[in-house]
Amino acid sequence: MENLLIRGGRVIDPANGIDAALDVRIEDGKIAAVAPGLPADGAQVIEAAGRVVAPGFIDLHCHLRDPGQEYKEDIVSGTRAAARGGFTGVCCMPNTHPVNDCAAVTRYIIEKAETKGSGVHVYPVGAVSKGLEGREMAEIGRMKEAGIVAISDDGRPVTNSNLFRLAMQYADHFGVFIMSHSEDKGLVGDGVMNEGFMSTKLGLPGITRAAEEVMVARDILVAEAEGKHVHLCHLSTKGGVQLVREAKARGVRVTAETTPHYIGATDEWVAGYDSNCRVNPPLREESDRQACIEGLVDGTLDAISTDHAPHHEDEKRVEFPLAASGISGFETAFCVSNTELVRSGRMEMSRLIALMSTQPARILGVPGGTLSIGAPADIVLLDPEREVTVDAKKFVSKGKNTPFDGRTYYGAVCATIVGGRVIDKEDI
Amino acid sequence: MSMKRKDLLGLDGVSREEITQILDTALTMRQIVRSSNKKTAHLQGKSIVTLFYENSTRTRMSFELASKYMSAAAANIAASASSVAKGETLIDTGVTLDQMGTDVIIIRHPMSGAPALLARHVKAHVINAGDGMNEHPTQALLDMMTMREHLGSLEGIKVAICGDVMHSRVARSNIYGLTTMGAKVVLCAPPTLIPVRIEELGCTVAPTIEDACEGADVVMGLRIQRERQQKGLFPSVAEYCDHWEITPERVALARPNALVMHPGPMNRGVEIASSAADSAQSVITQQVESGVSVRMALLYMLTRREG
Repeated sequence: MENLLIRGGRVIDPANGIDAALDVRIEDGKIAAVAPGLPADGAQVIEAAGRVVAPGFIDLHCHLRDPGQEYKEDIVSGTRAAARGGFTGVCCMPNTHPVNDCAAVTRYIIEKAETKGSGVHVYPVGAVSKGLEGREMAEIGRMKEAGIVAISDDGRPVTNSNLFRLAMQYADHFGVFIMSHSEDKGLVGDGVMNEGFMSTKLGLPGITRAAEEVMVARDILVAEAEGKHVHLCHLSTKGGVQLVREAKARGVRVTAETTPHYIGATDEWVAGYDSNCRVNPPLREESDRQACIEGLVDGTLDAISTDHAPHHEDEKRVEFPLAASGISGFETAFCVSNTELVRSGRMEMSRLIALMSTQPARILGVPGGTLSIGAPADIVLLDPEREVTVDAKKFVSKGKNTPFDGRTYYGAVCATIVGGRVIDKEDI
Repeated sequence: MSMKRKDLLGLDGVSREEITQILDTALTMRQIVRSSNKKTAHLQGKSIVTLFYENSTRTRMSFELASKYMSAAAANIAASASSVAKGETLIDTGVTLDQMGTDVIIIRHPMSGAPALLARHVKAHVINAGDGMNEHPTQALLDMMTMREHLGSLEGIKVAICGDVMHSRVARSNIYGLTTMGAKVVLCAPPTLIPVRIEELGCTVAPTIEDACEGADVVMGLRIQRERQQKGLFPSVAEYCDHWEITPERVALARPNALVMHPGPMNRGVEIASSAADSAQSVITQQVESGVSVRMALLYMLTRREG
């Protein structure tokens, strides 16, 4: 493998407190040196003036749809799209067909990613329960041996609190934690969007914020009672963020994330019944959006995940209540987050890098998320100042479903490097 | 006497002038409905399709007769809601109708926003004949026509709407239309049947049906489907009636000669007592006549747009 020298960029490595104009030298797929004025010494030189050089993004929550729903996305298209979005590692949720609830499916995902993927690390998330049915525990130990990093029943949250508790205890033995899609399905009812003025105006059944908050509270209380780690997925509500804030203050082992769409869009976007705004949990109100941003700013929320949920066009070109829920998120994650958080003045770029890379890596306990000497050379090159107009038709992902289509943001992903290999070079 | 808009998807955003124009034209159309020779050439050469994904008798018949009285070619498609999920998509159905030369598609659909989706994909004019819990604009127009007939003006009148506001597209269209016309709309229902922040649409919510009826010019009932009780939104029909049924005693709290209205079909003895529905103050049957007139006016005004 050719050695690389990334020259003259603004190197941001939150893990080491670095934010300076430096060169990065990569040898044998690893970070060999981070210093000013490094010589090329025969390495391929990537000029990075005006660019941010950071550890690659790590996504705690995505759907690659493979096996079983390859018409929506597959591991090839999904990992390419991830690379396009600056991700060097992604956690894929188990709601595939068949469900990733056993080692055979886990091994399939990992093998296909290694042999046919773009090079992005794929970290499978196993099911909590067999078939996501919320009854019997899945073979968490065997899946861990096969390579899962966490367990989740994702969109079909574990309703039985005792199963949730037992799975938490059992999984902890194998060094695995639960990622919880915190949602009380009874409170969701037949709701299809946030319950508020917009649902009343549009005449669409609403979903109360309490649907999220009730389960966030349960998840926190069970984790607190057990003294175990729980990770809360894609928080969307002000109340949910506040519950995490209070739990952290009393020492509960809880980590939590939100997504670009909860900090970049609100239920007002549903006006006109745009089915690309159908997502679960639903887009909330401005006060929730601000609360999610505040949670990211003050450290209540640990990470930004995408909840990349690609769907086929046919599944969105229907009546709003019939439309599939989800947003294709890899390729807009950085520009939306950068615009809403950094350009808006709410945080420094280094904080955003920590939320999208350093902290997700720590939560998962996987390599990456840092430019420390000897770490794998998983790197993203960014141009935070560039104006980009989202064009879903040009997405690498099979899923073109995004409410951000046609909108203008700031921040381009210029290149993605995994293990010293350039796997996406849009602009270098 | 034509409209600038391609479609009528709801009364949200429809101006006072437009509503007045439709109601004025409907008065003219009523002459035709009342005449012995119900045939004019207003829609000669036009093709009008009713595309109904929900059961309906009066709305569909009303549109169909309105079309026929004005010499349009009228066809009717009854699609079951289940075919939406597994059969042809709404967009494909719309495009097919377009290709057949349909000038107006009148759609009823169980899901809010379906007419808007259809309208974005077809050249034909789209009229919303009721979508989910969203809007039913021609019902509100015929209600307003009936009110105007009896009360002279809509400005400043108080309209009490009692019943299942939550699931009612009639309520929403009436709130938009009536408030635009300067009327005061007061809602009344069990709290489980009042949508959140409905006041922000410009109406108020009365704590009791007595408060709602007090001094009202119109008392309008909305259908209470029995399945709402099964879904746990209120405990029993008997208890509903105790607190929310429109009865002659409650109507007596309204102004003398206040109108009793209901979009139909009624659940007698649930949201409205027969003694109120059949009283001298009731204009429920007149609403039906207004319905044909309003729909004639609307079809004429929309299709005249091309000149």
